[in-house]
Amino acid sequence: MKETPLSNCERRFLLRAIEEKKRLDGRQTYDYRNIRISFGTDYGCCIVELGKTRVLGQVSCELVSPKLNRATEGILFFNLELSQMAAPAFEPGRQSDLLVKLNRLMERCLRNSKCIDTESLCVVAGEKVWQIRVDLHLLNHDGNIIDAASIAAIVALCHFRRPDVSVQGDEVTLYTPEERDPVPLSIHHMPICVSFAFFQQGTYLLVDPNEREERVMDGLLVIAMNKHREICTIQSSGGIMLLKDQVLRCSKIAGVKVAEITELILKALENDQKVRKEGGKFGFAESIANQRITAFKMEKAPIDTSDVEEKAEEIIAEAEPPSEVVSTPVLWTPGTAQIGEGVENSWGDLEDSEKEDDEGGGDQAIILDGIKMDTGVEVSDIGSQVYSSNSE
Amino acid sequence: MAGLELLSDQGYRVDGRRAGELRKIQARMGVFAQADGSAYIEQGNTKALAVVYGPHEIRGSRARALPDRALVNCQYSSATFSTGERKRRPHGDRKSCEMGLQLRQTFEAAILTQLHPRSQIDIYVLQADGGTYAACVNAATLAVLDAGIPMRDFVCACSAGFVDGTALADLSHVEEAAGGPQLALALLPASGQIALLEMDARLHEDHLERVLEAAAQAARDVHTLLDRVVRQHVREASILLGD
Repeated sequence: MKETPLSNCERRFLLRAIEEKKRLDGRQTYDYRNIRISFGTDYGCCIVELGKTRVLGQVSCELVSPKLNRATEGILFFNLELSQMAAPAFEPGRQSDLLVKLNRLMERCLRNSKCIDTESLCVVAGEKVWQIRVDLHLLNHDGNIIDAASIAAIVALCHFRRPDVSVQGDEVTLYTPEERDPVPLSIHHMPICVSFAFFQQGTYLLVDPNEREERVMDGLLVIAMNKHREICTIQSSGGIMLLKDQVLRCSKIAGVKVAEITELILKALENDQKVRKEGGKFGFAESIANQRITAFKMEKAPIDTSDVEEKAEEIIAEAEPPSEVVSTPVLWTPGTAQIGEGVENSWGDLEDSEKEDDEGGGDQAIILDGIKMDTGVEVSDIGSQVYSSNSE
Repeated sequence: MAGLELLSDQGYRVDGRRAGELRKIQARMGVFAQADGSAYIEQGNTKALAVVYGPHEIRGSRARALPDRALVNCQYSSATFSTGERKRRPHGDRKSCEMGLQLRQTFEAAILTQLHPRSQIDIYVLQADGGTYAACVNAATLAVLDAGIPMRDFVCACSAGFVDGTALADLSHVEEAAGGPQLALALLPASGQIALLEMDARLHEDHLERVLEAAAQAARDVHTLLDRVVRQHVREASILLGD
């Protein structure tokens, strides 16, 4: 399905609201939506919800032979897929541009920044290394896929445990999870992407745009940082013209946001670890809250209506009195009535050209008077008789 | 790679340049007779060739035509013999697609697309010696100028890196492969606006400003060079016309 085009009214409304520093969901310019992280029963599986945007991340591993020019390093493979359930516009053949962009950004953010120690993934140099595969699936698209995907990827990698391996001389033993506890990956740092949306040629800036805001934005700047304030990736896209100090300002904001998000991630990982150790229930089924109605009253949301009355009075005072309404219908014949008078015919040009040809005879019906017909009865008599019967 | 000193104590890099020096740039416009515009640029060992067709009517689906602007279509292809190891898939892979998208984004911002509604401008870039985005953008700028398509300003690009507390301008392949931070910047020199900014690998936030400034300065230096090339080309053409 093609994407529903955004109407001009909506676009203007969104841009005007942004000019007045207001967002549709009530956030401030630098606020993120609520982030919820939930884990599955297996290690390495998580769902990240950024507002309504949902990304599922799954990490898996396999023993393979290494690349020829990097014989002592493990292999990292990232794949982000835009599932068709995320938005009606995503179709199997149609999404290439966005998909390439997102995938390359994820790759650069996670692989080039060397957040995972690939040397520790080596089992036998030159023969066997671990290949870690991170699969991300977008489940619902409500804007800002990049941030949610990067959080999901790093959380899944932190959560994942690979099977333990021991090497004795030439012998390599791979232990199953039952024999020996699986081992976590060694992660140096956690890069997290922060997106900035620019509007009106770079005058206004928003953090974490939702889907509507993404549609009206001029361009996007993505900065990936870790909590040590090291920038891992910067990418500007969408044809905006930036100035150097804008970029520097965004990087400072990103630093603050990344620190908050990293704290949240660590807390979520800790909670999950605790629950598993204590033998409690974990997994996706547990993390979906039962939405039961437990109260009959909703809390009153305070809305400031102090100036509404004044504004309403102003509008009424300045408005003209309403025009007189004609309420009496004029009855022409049974079945034909008239209320008021219609607007003047606006097909003025067309009528003028017609009138020149017909000389005023076109509109009126021609009354057949005095035409002799074979029946011998004069048509006019029949006509008048018919007419009189109708008027009763 | 251990043992490779990217910046010596005296301040010299691996190929003998200083920190802010660019590699030798040689450029030529109008290399193809059939294309509307073409250019060839050599930046050190990196050679890029750009060809521009347009503005012409939209090929393929008419539905893609934009009513008020021209469509810019960019394609990037890297020769199989360009990198150290022979590349197996020269185009269609993700890196090439991404590069094409980035070029398109840069030039959509720079070309005055409002002057040619419902038309299409094609930019094809062929890169030899696995170099960088910068050479592609510089070549494409010259080609677009050669084709006579109106642009807001030159689009000059340069890469920058950061080693041992110093910002390096115009990275060579060796310096890129060493794995340090790399920044690619495309700049419109007159207004100082950044058309595209791309950075890889870890760089502390405090150093960002220095690296950005080094890249911007290098891009401005590239601009003086390209400007000279364009003027030389126009002078040659007018001599041939017998003015």
